[in-house]
Amino acid sequence: MPNLAFDTAHLLAGGLVLISFMLLYQDRLTSLLNVYALHALVLALSVAWQAHLQNAPHLYVTAGLALGFKAIIIPVALRRIIERLGIHREIETVVGIGPTMLAGMALVGLSMVVMLRVTAAATPIARQDLAFALAVVLLGLLMMVTRRNAVSQIVGFISLENGLNLAATGARGMPLVVEISVAFSILIAFIVIGIFLFRIRERFDSVDIGALDQARGEQR
Amino acid sequence: MALIRDLVVQFFEMIMVLALAPGLVGLVRKAKARLTRRRGASLLQPYRDLLRLLRKEVVLAENASWLFRVAPYLIFATTWVAAALVPTFATGLLFSWSADLIAIIALLASARFFLALVGMDVGTSFGGIGSSREVMIASLAEPAMLTTVFTLALIAGSTQLSTIVAFMNSPAVGLSVSLGLALFALIIVAIAENARIPVDNPATHLELTMVHEAMVLEYSGRHLALIELAAALKLLLYVSLIACIFAPWGLAGAQAGAIALFIGAGTYVAKLAVGGMLLAIFETAIAKMRVFRVPQFIGVALMLGLLGTLLRFVSRSF
Repeated sequence: MPNLAFDTAHLLAGGLVLISFMLLYQDRLTSLLNVYALHALVLALSVAWQAHLQNAPHLYVTAGLALGFKAIIIPVALRRIIERLGIHREIETVVGIGPTMLAGMALVGLSMVVMLRVTAAATPIARQDLAFALAVVLLGLLMMVTRRNAVSQIVGFISLENGLNLAATGARGMPLVVEISVAFSILIAFIVIGIFLFRIRERFDSVDIGALDQARGEQR
Repeated sequence: MALIRDLVVQFFEMIMVLALAPGLVGLVRKAKARLTRRRGASLLQPYRDLLRLLRKEVVLAENASWLFRVAPYLIFATTWVAAALVPTFATGLLFSWSADLIAIIALLASARFFLALVGMDVGTSFGGIGSSREVMIASLAEPAMLTTVFTLALIAGSTQLSTIVAFMNSPAVGLSVSLGLALFALIIVAIAENARIPVDNPATHLELTMVHEAMVLEYSGRHLALIELAAALKLLLYVSLIACIFAPWGLAGAQAGAIALFIGAGTYVAKLAVGGMLLAIFETAIAKMRVFRVPQFIGVALMLGLLGTLLRFVSRSF
């Protein structure tokens, strides 16, 4: 089957978009973290498949980084954080899940229209990876906008970074130095955000971002 | 001669779906009972129930209109025709030129239309609640089904079931994420349309959240028998639809001989048994959801169908 390379890449990248939707659909923090781990796992598989296709051994390192940091360390650490904060209750969403899903579909359609038109000269696999990567990035942004809980905003942020990773590997891979530094900056950002979470919680007794508005003197 | 042979095969197919439908319901009930460590009624119990209902007298409400008496026959007939259009054990049957997925959806929708009407006909509040909920579920499940059909039609190049099945059986299918999404969407729609557990509970008459049973509460005797048989046929239709699109192995071809037809019938019965067991396991593992959660559940199917269509457009554009 000559088309197996494309079909598998399509399957994995499409799966990543689907899991982004699953992230939007979750309304409990623990299941959100499980789905995020799945997101990172599919990203690692996708990157490894690209490494195999492009004969680029350094992409295997990227896949390993994705698997180690994003699929194991960050979900476990976030789970510890929410256990220590004692928040296993439901996420409050600003708009309901239905409108969010519809907005997400519109964003996916938008990213496909834009990317397929812009990248007419690239190879098919790179084109579809770029289109799906833009969709994942936009869905991550949507998640950060619609959630009010700080922990789920973090999950939106790091799922957005997964989308960037997918785009970078689709476009013939990025240099390993860049890759490692991005991975570490994500880790550092994660640590900083983790510390912030505890500071927010100490000061306001909640990780609801709405509390910050009141502290600035704005009335909701 | 060929016409007579085709007629005989098509007739056999229609009789077979009718004969197997209560058996499938019995199998699901038996499997659910065994999974919860009860003995359960025999596999033949739905047949006995239908016979008993056929022998009983019909009790009509005083203010029932003519529609109330006609509707069971209409519902049964449309559902039976729809079930006869699905290729169960052989493709290229006599009716397969009309076996269009959109036609099947339309037939099922007209059956549901009559069911919702008679739910309100007698004027009990319970029937009205059932009808309004049924229509609410249908208004979400039908678009989801249609987007799924669009995905399949984009992949196979036709909405005709025989063509789709022939395409699915050929090696040209390949690996496609859209097909997986379509499968999940179709399973969710099937669960919602057949009033199975996360959406409705088929085993009770005494729950405020029930949908299907609330509409048929006023029926008795042979009318009730026909409606129950139509519900069983609908379940069989969805299981064989999923089986023939996503597991088309063993289906006999257009001009197949007797042995191929026999193999097709055997694998079809095996597929039905597997589908019934999976449904029983799923229903045992999950709790019924609140009515207000149902739109979200079916909304997932709609979203999966849309996403499948979008992803398909990406891979088609090269």
